[in-house]
Amino acid sequence: MGRHRPHTAQPVREPILGTTPRGGSAETQRKAQGPGGHPPLVRVRGLHFARGDRVIFDGIDLDIPRGQVTAVMGPSGTGKTTLLKLISGQLRPDAGTIEVDGQNVHALSRGDLYRLRTRMGMLFQSGALLTDINVFDNVAYPLREHTRLPESMIRKLVLMKLEAVGLRGARDLMPSELSGGMARRVALARAVALDPMMIMYDEPFTGQDPISLGVLVTLIRQLNDASRLTSIVVSHDVAETAGIADRIYLIANGQVMAQGNPKQVEASGSGWVHQFMHGEADGPVHFHYPAPELAQDFLG
Amino acid sequence: MSELLRQLGRTGLQALGGLGRAHLLLVGILLGLPQLVTRPRLLLAQVFNVGVLSVLIIAVSGLFVGMVLGLQGYHVLSQFGAAQSLGVMVAASLVRELGPVVTALLVAGRAGSALTAEVGLMKATEQLSGLEMMAVDPIKRILTPRFVGGLISMPLLAALFSAVGVLGGWFVGVGLLGVDEGAYWGQLQAKIDFREDVVNGVIKSLAFGFVVTWISLFQGYDADPTAEGVSRATTRTVVHSALAVLGLDFVLTALMFGN
Repeated sequence: MGRHRPHTAQPVREPILGTTPRGGSAETQRKAQGPGGHPPLVRVRGLHFARGDRVIFDGIDLDIPRGQVTAVMGPSGTGKTTLLKLISGQLRPDAGTIEVDGQNVHALSRGDLYRLRTRMGMLFQSGALLTDINVFDNVAYPLREHTRLPESMIRKLVLMKLEAVGLRGARDLMPSELSGGMARRVALARAVALDPMMIMYDEPFTGQDPISLGVLVTLIRQLNDASRLTSIVVSHDVAETAGIADRIYLIANGQVMAQGNPKQVEASGSGWVHQFMHGEADGPVHFHYPAPELAQDFLG
Repeated sequence: MSELLRQLGRTGLQALGGLGRAHLLLVGILLGLPQLVTRPRLLLAQVFNVGVLSVLIIAVSGLFVGMVLGLQGYHVLSQFGAAQSLGVMVAASLVRELGPVVTALLVAGRAGSALTAEVGLMKATEQLSGLEMMAVDPIKRILTPRFVGGLISMPLLAALFSAVGVLGGWFVGVGLLGVDEGAYWGQLQAKIDFREDVVNGVIKSLAFGFVVTWISLFQGYDADPTAEGVSRATTRTVVHSALAVLGLDFVLTALMFGN
């Protein structure tokens, strides 16, 4: 195993599969277009974002095609969740633009941003269910907030959403009575309550047992296809994510390291991409944190 | 030396930044008031959480403070042959000072720290972000009802504290030490002025309610979203609230009774 090199991923500067040139080429945009040649639902151009001195994104370009499941993958701490927060307008970029359905998210007024968010759903890593109300009321929450539907209609809609995630029978439980996997499924039902055009999944598979994980994987794909959604899945669980994704972006060190469909990314010639996709302990990213020679350390 | 200056500057900037964020949050909370009018249930729930759930500690504390005032007051006043004025002394002390101040300190410890922990944990568990993503403003939906709930509850709790305290003073003075009951209530009724004493006490408790609830909500909303961050924020709520209440009490007392 290699030594004396940084533990973090090295930016791969050689051309990788479909790496988007700054500003986005016509070819890239064509590839990112969904079925029917529609423009991408989310267009990220020249995105710069830093926390203090630490650069998270250094001018990246991304296109999220409509109607597909797009995975954004990368090692921990590379800013995958930050990207979702930028897309949803919870964070403001230092430079660059993010357009969702043709609207520049960060140029919108608060009212317009909220109107846009009613068409976006987000599944948080923790589920983010309101802990003082039960499962039914959590799913009903956005319906009661944003519609004037009668309570009888809300009840039917909530039960339909809960049925879709297999938790109709858990409607009266409180969030504290749910397992992690159940909480995420309830959160998913809440996220689709208003039939959004897009759902963002923040690390949906982390900490799940195999059964819950399988359920979530299936649900994400089925919901996307049945409801003609656009899904963005942020994850570092390679096998599960690649299994349902139509398109993958690999990000690290503020750059898009690779993009394409799962087979293209799997077949990448980049050592870093290969190491990440196959979970190898050593490679361009070294097992050992930089340190003096072992013998020198023991004797010295 | 330069390191000390740098540290001083950094601390000053952080304090100013915090003050700025607190004021921006206050503006956001106040902007949520019109929305609250259409959802009175949210407010009622918070009046229950902040006010009703604090009733026991306020009543018990008021009773003991009133009893201590009765005991101490009797011993001092009886040296001057003025033990019959015990009712005035107990009531004035409670209505003007101890009622609003001690109530505010107790509310900061019980309800204020609970508000901070609740909002901080909602932040740590992404519930506030979840509301944002559901296109619901968490400041207007979560913080404004709690702020108004605290504001309404504080004078009511202070009134309860003073009322129970007066009864505690009566129990000790009249019941145990033999002060004339007619003198206790009669002098209290004659000497306690509604405008001078009661209204000023209410103004004080409203001011304390404003400050304590604002500090509590800000500390929760501004907390680092970790267990340690919420714990530190809860401590800061109690410390900052206590200092703010005592400092503000001096200023208000000087303005109200300084002449």
